[in-house]
Amino acid sequence: MAKSYVSTTINGESQEFLCEPQQTLLDVLRDVIGLTGSKEGCASGDCGACSVMLDGTLVCSCLVLGVEAEGASILTVEGVALGDKLHPVQQKFLEHAALQCGFCTPGLIVASKALLDQNPNPTEIEIRYWLAGNLCRCTGYDKIVRAVQDAGAVMRGEAS
Amino acid sequence: MNYIDSNLKVVGTRPIRPDGVDKVTGRAIYGADTRAAGMLWGKILRSPHAHARILSIDTTKAAALHGVYAVMTSADLPNIASEEAFIGEGPMNFRDLSTNVMARGKALYEGHAIAAVAAATQDIADAALALIDVKYEVLPHVIDVDEAMADNAPVLHDDMFTAGVTPKPAKASNIAKIVTFKKGDVEAGFKTADVVFESSYTTKPVHQAYIEPHACLATYGSDGQVTIHSSSQGQFMVRAYTAKLLGIDIANIRVNPAEIGGGFGGKTLVYLEPVAVALSRKSGRSVKMQMTREEVFRGSGPTSGASMDVKIGAKKDGTIVAVKQVLKFQAGAFAGSPIGPGCMCGVALYDIEHVDVVGYDVVSNRPKVAAYRAPGAPITSFAIESALDELADKLGMDPLTLREKNAAKNGTKTHYGVTHANIGFEQVLAAVKTHPHWTTPVKPGQARGLAAGFWFNIGGESSATVHINEDGSVTVATGSVDVGGSRASMGMMVAEVLGVDVSKVRATVADTASVGFTFLSGGSRVTFATGMAVTQAAEKVVDELKKRAAMIWEIQADAVEWKDGKAYPAGSNAGAFEPLDLPAIALKAGRTGGPVTAEVSVNAQGAGAGFGAHICDVSVDKETGHVTIERYTAVQDVGKAIHPSYVEGQIQGGAVQGIGWALNEEYIYSAKGNLENPGFLDYRCPVMSDVPMIEAVLVEVPNPRHPFGARGVGEVPIVPPMAAIGNAIRRATGVSMPHLPMSPPTVLAALNAAGK
Repeated sequence: MAKSYVSTTINGESQEFLCEPQQTLLDVLRDVIGLTGSKEGCASGDCGACSVMLDGTLVCSCLVLGVEAEGASILTVEGVALGDKLHPVQQKFLEHAALQCGFCTPGLIVASKALLDQNPNPTEIEIRYWLAGNLCRCTGYDKIVRAVQDAGAVMRGEAS
Repeated sequence: MNYIDSNLKVVGTRPIRPDGVDKVTGRAIYGADTRAAGMLWGKILRSPHAHARILSIDTTKAAALHGVYAVMTSADLPNIASEEAFIGEGPMNFRDLSTNVMARGKALYEGHAIAAVAAATQDIADAALALIDVKYEVLPHVIDVDEAMADNAPVLHDDMFTAGVTPKPAKASNIAKIVTFKKGDVEAGFKTADVVFESSYTTKPVHQAYIEPHACLATYGSDGQVTIHSSSQGQFMVRAYTAKLLGIDIANIRVNPAEIGGGFGGKTLVYLEPVAVALSRKSGRSVKMQMTREEVFRGSGPTSGASMDVKIGAKKDGTIVAVKQVLKFQAGAFAGSPIGPGCMCGVALYDIEHVDVVGYDVVSNRPKVAAYRAPGAPITSFAIESALDELADKLGMDPLTLREKNAAKNGTKTHYGVTHANIGFEQVLAAVKTHPHWTTPVKPGQARGLAAGFWFNIGGESSATVHINEDGSVTVATGSVDVGGSRASMGMMVAEVLGVDVSKVRATVADTASVGFTFLSGGSRVTFATGMAVTQAAEKVVDELKKRAAMIWEIQADAVEWKDGKAYPAGSNAGAFEPLDLPAIALKAGRTGGPVTAEVSVNAQGAGAGFGAHICDVSVDKETGHVTIERYTAVQDVGKAIHPSYVEGQIQGGAVQGIGWALNEEYIYSAKGNLENPGFLDYRCPVMSDVPMIEAVLVEVPNPRHPFGARGVGEVPIVPPMAAIGNAIRRATGVSMPHLPMSPPTVLAALNAAGK
């Protein structure tokens, strides 16, 4: 089958690609464009390691087709930092040791940023339910919750 | 040198890990994140049957498909002889591993690899797999461990005659091995008991469930040189197994360790690498392979499920006088369950005069088990610690007091012959006793459970190099895969010895050609054993730096002392010189003898066993059987926390894996022997909303055999949770919980059966 031509914006830059009609956005990001920060843990939308923002909505990129990204704006983990300045979520994940193997981290960074962008002061319960779609097998989640809380405080200007 | 009582400046602080930024920005390269020019995709055809004879495999059509470059079966692997391997974390036989990687003659479980292809795209590879024609004769199968031990059970291996019994059995069975451990006279012991408690327990196989599926990229060059990029717990392990399974010299294989997306023991053996190399050899192209999540569940891991009997006898004052334990562990399709540690770890926490433990290693038509965090210990401790809780009730005794009364101490001789030394179990229990979680009354509608756990921890072979770079910055390379932040602690120990800021030290993980042999990252050994190697290498570097300063000053080397990262004249007699720091010495290294560098290889002994105790408050919904963890505290002797955040992280992560094992996780099989929940949705690891904060309490009883007092910390925390939670549920409901997982249906059925 012929490949489809798709025109998107990824991490603020226009990006064109050709993809198979059945190819997922995750496969396109990883195998066509070479952005391997988004991870495949399950390919069924259960682990959240492939989380990206698609036109401002948090999605599992393994559940989106590449062709569905036509005209869309996509943010992946590679686009979260501003140049060499880490986003507060990234900085707080490091300071709180909220990662061990780091494989789920890209998805958690994107999903945590999405939470804080719409709810800058979430409760522990709100954090736990918002991020319930992002599996982490290493940390037991404790330090992730604290990192997100602390990043929220930075984004609200209440901490550094 | 020993730094335990030194005024430490770096060790014990919480710097940002050296690989951190790569991991929060998506730059870190894991197993599936590399490509090679002209690379092919390898995929595996797996058995749909739990047990079947392979009558024929016709790959003609698959091989003829456009875009397919190689097809392989076990006929492409050497048929190697039975031989014990000492490469992974548990018992392994090279022949079994080869037969697990690619079935030979029979498919022994659903998901057993039958054939593999390499094709230009993943879609073509999938199409090719569908064209492979396998003729099976389906055989009767057995899943359950007790059924597998029955006389009339289908036998998996007709050459399996139970080891450990004399005379050798007359017929083959599924019991690979029987092991026994005896101390004292258990029957005489029970005669002196005032109170005896007896029960049976079962646990289900659970998967390590690392989020990163197995993945690798392999290239077999026409000169016979092999390079492998893969995610594993040991690049040297991958090299050794691949060499053996393919009949290649070890020197001809170079393994580059990828970042690893979780292992927990499940990446201490190979599944894909020998297949990828074989496909590359056949096709002349690089081959990339990555498992799907379904393949991970069906074809790798898990750990054993078990069936166990426990009998414990105690005097009225709480002194435990006798323990009898029988353990039957599922090994999966090949011998090698963690039955040995299972027999040792449950009772090892206590000083008991009469002990009799018998263990059975039993095969059945399930995936071959792999190590999982303290292999065997969580299973055996679920039984022992649950039984102890009921014994405490029968004695009218507080469960903490019962444990304090019988706790193993330095000098306690275990039933497996080892005498405990430098252990901190009493200190752990003392910390529980005064912790606010333990001293605060239980909230209405909740109940509290307590359980303890033990793991040996290991040392072993490690290599490390420390280089002083041309500008005086420091590079550290070890052979230990970093599974949870160990690069941070390696860099910190080197910085401490050198007396420099940790930001000046870059710690890395080296490939198999760039550092000496290092045993895999398992057994909670890395901070202990590789930490010893980096410390000694840094000390050698300090000695060398002193010599270089002496040459620059033209004085004797023993007239130089090293302090806070600088060389000083040792006293006024040595002369008056401005101190020399690392950049100053590095600048002149070329004129004082060349690069300043040291490599040290050790075989570390004296790992120091680890003990922990967990407190857990639960509430139970009696309508649904759903259990909520309301509060959780994990106390553990960690020796010395090099980087306390990552030590806490190990404890918190282990506890939550244990919560999953306790409440949700299990392998569910159909009557045909097919796994019915091979995905995260139905397997159901704990998600963030399932658990509360996990308070990790670090007790530091230094291990005198490590320069900074460290002992392994990663495995102990998965041992206590199942019993801690079960004990809490029993106290909440008045109903015993001898079967894992304590999922809503199990709990509800137990409540209904008890008329609650």
